[in-house]
Amino acid sequence: MSKKRAPIEPLSASSHNEAPQPLVGSDATKQSTIGLEYMSYEELEDFGHELDGIRQRTLDSLGQADADYIRRVIKVQRTFEVLGRIGIFTPFFWPTFVAGIVFLGLSKIIENMEIGHNVMHGQYDWMNDPLVDGKRYEWDNVAPAQDWKHGHNYIHHTYTNIHGMDRDIGYGLLRIDNDQPWYPSHRFNLPAAFLLMLFFEWGVMYHGIELDEYLGGKMSKKDFRDRKSRAARKARRQVLKDYVAYPAIALALVPFVGWWAPLAVIGANFVANLIRNIWTFLIIFCGHFPAEVQTFAEEDAQNETRGQWYLRQLLGSANISGSAPFHILSGNLSHQIEHHLFPDIPARRYPEVAQEIRAICERHGLQYNSGRLSKQLASVARQLGAYSKKPSDPLLQGKSPEAKAVRRAKREAAKAAQETVDA
Amino acid sequence: MGIVRRALGSRAVATLTSPHTVDHYLDLVHPMLTVDLVRARVVEVIQETGVASTVVLRPNGAWKGFVPGQHVQFGVEVDGTRRVRVFSVSSSTENRDGTFTVSVKAHPDGYVSQFLRNGLTKGTVVHLSQAEGEFVLPDTLPGHVALVSGGSGITPVMSMARSLRDRGHAGRITFLHYAKSREDEIFSDELDTLAASLPDAQVVRVYTRAPEEDAPLSGRFHVDHLKHLGVDPVDTLTFACGPAGLIAAVRDTYEELGALDQLRVEYFKVPSVDLDAADATGTLSFEASETAADNSGATILEQAEAAGLKPDFGCRMGVCNTCAVKKLSGAVRHVVTGEVGANTDETIKVCVQVPVGDVVVDL
Repeated sequence: MSKKRAPIEPLSASSHNEAPQPLVGSDATKQSTIGLEYMSYEELEDFGHELDGIRQRTLDSLGQADADYIRRVIKVQRTFEVLGRIGIFTPFFWPTFVAGIVFLGLSKIIENMEIGHNVMHGQYDWMNDPLVDGKRYEWDNVAPAQDWKHGHNYIHHTYTNIHGMDRDIGYGLLRIDNDQPWYPSHRFNLPAAFLLMLFFEWGVMYHGIELDEYLGGKMSKKDFRDRKSRAARKARRQVLKDYVAYPAIALALVPFVGWWAPLAVIGANFVANLIRNIWTFLIIFCGHFPAEVQTFAEEDAQNETRGQWYLRQLLGSANISGSAPFHILSGNLSHQIEHHLFPDIPARRYPEVAQEIRAICERHGLQYNSGRLSKQLASVARQLGAYSKKPSDPLLQGKSPEAKAVRRAKREAAKAAQETVDA
Repeated sequence: MGIVRRALGSRAVATLTSPHTVDHYLDLVHPMLTVDLVRARVVEVIQETGVASTVVLRPNGAWKGFVPGQHVQFGVEVDGTRRVRVFSVSSSTENRDGTFTVSVKAHPDGYVSQFLRNGLTKGTVVHLSQAEGEFVLPDTLPGHVALVSGGSGITPVMSMARSLRDRGHAGRITFLHYAKSREDEIFSDELDTLAASLPDAQVVRVYTRAPEEDAPLSGRFHVDHLKHLGVDPVDTLTFACGPAGLIAAVRDTYEELGALDQLRVEYFKVPSVDLDAADATGTLSFEASETAADNSGATILEQAEAAGLKPDFGCRMGVCNTCAVKKLSGAVRHVVTGEVGANTDETIKVCVQVPVGDVVVDL
């Protein structure tokens, strides 16, 4: 994939204290229209400064307590993992066997969410500890960290909810927003989402290979091959561990338990992975797909200011309310809004930041989308159901002549703009 | 322990702990149990003369030992952040009790060296690298070896001298050390008696600011100093370590005499950071690609690209962490917040950081 997929200005921060702008259109004089229904440009500017201030205050106050926190979480997770691994080696006594599966599932959830996701965002890079370094961390998931970080940290977190740029809107599989073109496969929105839930880690891995980008001619063959081989290598290691190595150890149990002991271990690992898949799917779908969450058109976001970027993150995310253990199990992605505003602030700070964000939202009359898991899930399910139906507007039907004409016109305009730049 | 350590470091165990290393687990049981990560327990902190400290360390089994002249990356955790500095090993290789020492002169703005003097206590576990560096004593030595050091540059040279003493080295050794004054000198007492404990050695110290009466030599390094001590650079393997000025003088002398092949040098870098510099000053060095450029005032990412490098980047606005790299030394300013970070070996997002003075990054 060419690195200049998004029009990013070769920015000029030479004046030392100027913030770079992420999304630049061909017409530099045209201002982004994001948020104008809520605020004027001046107010958006102040809004940006206010959020910059919150970010900096939080970063300045990071210290021992935050380091102790992530290490404590890691300790609990590893303890759960070891207990889980021991538990699943007792298929002869079902209470400990089941407890083992639950511990292992919980350990995988915590490892992927509160540790893996957050560490790979660079939230703990300030600690300068190689064990929690965002560059080096590899998580317990079949998706390789490198490609996940590209798709998630960069594409999704920078171009959040912009149609045609954020590949996480429906993951190229589901229709979750009215502005997505409808294709016949979207009739199966709900069953497809259900299957994705069961095999979510594999879906994340497949998403990270970016086959669509390669087929669309936006990625080089070498880049695509590298992605495939990284994914294959990671998947091989994960499968080897869960479905070969640990079951092989269980062969030692055969004389005492019976021939099925290794199969019990395989099954236990499968269920633990399943538990993690279902949970992470539910949390992540509630972060961006509930009904009131807004999506944006690329033209509107071009030349946005930092304040507008913040506002887009705010309007494009939804929180889930719940207890402290719930927040930890969700990797604090239950504070999706705060996470999208400040992806590199340690997640344990999101609850305190959330109070300030709520106050700011009230002051500016902005919607702060938050609700219980059940409420948000119901909303997501309704959305998936509603958008699976063929829309009456031909422009929203992917295969209608009208929609094709619009796409062709867009392609040609982009080509013409590129030629002007080249000339 | 050796067998257990090898077993824990094996591929089979790595398969079971994948994608993590076994150290991710052992570290939680006890920080000293790690297989690959070098850790050491502080046995004692000795206040040396001058404003220096010597830290006696007992490393765990991951430590592979050192050659006299090498240094280690020394990491201590202060308020949740690991601060890493490079310190020279100062002890003899012949210590049989499994310990070694590093010696550090407390620099007024050296965060870690201050911490060593004031905050490090017996029993603290510190994070080390393996010993590294090419400035080392070879296995076989010629008949005459010269050691030249200046200021705190004495530490690696001291390790060489102590090791030679403990190995019963019979060849000739000339040790020439420059310090501002006796008060400012590290290891004074040991240097007083060092010559007597070696069969054929002379140890000469030159106090440049406060020369002692009847001192044979005075002033900064000069070729006459070598002549006076009977050192012929052409056939004397020479190890020199100290500030840039001393190294330059020694190098020029050896070059003039056609004896550069006999000279081994190590600089003792003193970081120069001018935090008030509003304009772009200094040099931006890219360590991994061995290039450097004058600081243009643009972000490090832009300057790297201008220098023809292709570092990874993503959002170019400090959000996605794709461009994060290690900054090895120097100070940087965040373009959004204006915050200045001057810690050695911290991870920075180069798309939103501009160099302030000399900066070295791992690109």
